[in-house]
Amino acid sequence: MSRLFKHLQNKLGRRFVIGVPYVWLLVFFVLPFLILLRISVTDMGSGIDPFAPLLDTSGGSWRLVLKLQNYLSVFTDAGPGNTIYVDAYKTSLKYALLTTLFCLVVGYPFAYFLARAKASIRPALLMLVMLPFWTSFLLRVYAWKGILADQGVLNNLLLWLGIINQPLVMLYTDVSMLVGMTYVYLPFMILPLYANLVKMDVRLLEAAHDLGASAWKAFWLVTVPLSKSGIVAGCMLVFIPAVGEFVIPSLLGGAENIMIGRVVWDEMFSSNNWPRAASVSVVMIVVILLPLAWYYRRTSGHLDR
Amino acid sequence: MKAISRFIEKNASHAWLGAVYLFLYIPLFFLIVFSFNSTRQDGVFTGFSLRWYAALLDDSRLVEGFFLSLKVALLTGTLSVILGSFAAFVLVRYTRFSGRTLFYGLVKAPLVMPEVIIGMSLLLLMVAVQRAIGWPDRGFITIVLGHTLLGMAYATIVIESRLSEMDRSIEEAAMDLGCRPMQVFFLVTLPNIAPALVSSWLLSFTLSFDDVVISEFLSGPGVTTLPQVIFSYARRGVNPSIYAAATLLIAAVSLGIIAYSVAMLRHQKRIDRDIRQAAL
Repeated sequence: MSRLFKHLQNKLGRRFVIGVPYVWLLVFFVLPFLILLRISVTDMGSGIDPFAPLLDTSGGSWRLVLKLQNYLSVFTDAGPGNTIYVDAYKTSLKYALLTTLFCLVVGYPFAYFLARAKASIRPALLMLVMLPFWTSFLLRVYAWKGILADQGVLNNLLLWLGIINQPLVMLYTDVSMLVGMTYVYLPFMILPLYANLVKMDVRLLEAAHDLGASAWKAFWLVTVPLSKSGIVAGCMLVFIPAVGEFVIPSLLGGAENIMIGRVVWDEMFSSNNWPRAASVSVVMIVVILLPLAWYYRRTSGHLDR
Repeated sequence: MKAISRFIEKNASHAWLGAVYLFLYIPLFFLIVFSFNSTRQDGVFTGFSLRWYAALLDDSRLVEGFFLSLKVALLTGTLSVILGSFAAFVLVRYTRFSGRTLFYGLVKAPLVMPEVIIGMSLLLLMVAVQRAIGWPDRGFITIVLGHTLLGMAYATIVIESRLSEMDRSIEEAAMDLGCRPMQVFFLVTLPNIAPALVSSWLLSFTLSFDDVVISEFLSGPGVTTLPQVIFSYARRGVNPSIYAAATLLIAAVSLGIIAYSVAMLRHQKRIDRDIRQAAL
């Protein structure tokens, strides 16, 4: 009897442990996404209502009305392929790609040297990379605004040193955008690369050296290929959030280069056109994020962050 | 020849490390220095003053935002660790159940979803629920729910990695010695994963305390977190009170990390000593 009870208890406990996070994710992640999909194919509501009822109950029966108009207008609002949405996708991809590239170029040598530093000081060096992450991201981005401004610290310093005669315009341009994005996402590139490079077997480099490879050649033929999974992980961790970035462009970006996160925002809160905002988001997920997720799973599905 | 190349490599490595650290820390130095500036200018340091710290305490929006963010982050951290522990247990211990593939995909999906889309789809859910049953109003609860969705995903990863490294034989030993499953959990498993619980709590606390996008979508009228207040100030222009707030935050975080490192160091020393004594 008590054995049966125990068995039931175990089974219930197991159900409970699986059920709690599962239900949570279904309710707060899957369901909202389904509603997003549903709203992306509705009309705007009447009056100030941002979207029409999800189920049309007029006439006594339930009808599901699907309008694909929103998706069409995402791509062909002002002529085929020529809309603010398409432009925003292009801009987002451009900045995300450049940010990933800069992070890789700056971060790879950094992670490499970090991994080759003395083992005794490595934890401290790593902690120094993490420390800014624990202080507000918003405040650090805000600081760049003061540094890069026309009358800002950097311009004043360069003028004082006599390197330039006139203040450079850096704020609200590609310069400030890329400095800000690279700054924020650099640790996301460094950490997976470091985790990968620090595990590398140095004897492989010695072997390459013994076989006559120069240090440079050994680096390109041994170190880089071996760190491929770290490179892929780092690039994903930078690129994916960079595509949807909202805060950095609104503080450091110019008015002409609008990214997709901003478009979604404006459709939600300025135009109050929630169906349009929803369809723009769905397109972003389907066109940009799903292929990446698929690629990442394929190349390094076994590799954890 | 080899000596020369080694010399170059060593100096290049120092220069590169130094330059990147400088890049990472320039904004922090900037915030600290200019929080003590005597004027609103942020290009020239005109003199030392504490006026922005006084202005900060007088700014009721910032102060109220701070306390709201603190409450939100405390609750978010706690909920995230609880949900994250459950999820991590499922990932590590329950490898066979129906719907497992979906669960694996879902657990980490919030990490790769742009925050704008997370915030927006949660807002749509909240509005739909609110229309149906008249609850919840947008505000404290909805912000906590949104932050927890993200915090849980991070907590799951941290706890999962600790749990999968844990030596299960000590649990079996406890069981052999007559512990009931609950006792095993509270006396053996929990102390073992405690460091991961602490760090995932801190991580989700920080994420929540720092988040602006999800809060902007899910907050209601009159409910504004600290980052939201800062964000609205930052869009308008220079406000050295924000620098003062940043400096206080940097000081708090640095002290916390130093205290944590010292505690860890002591802990490690004690373990080393115990090991030595045990060996004697």
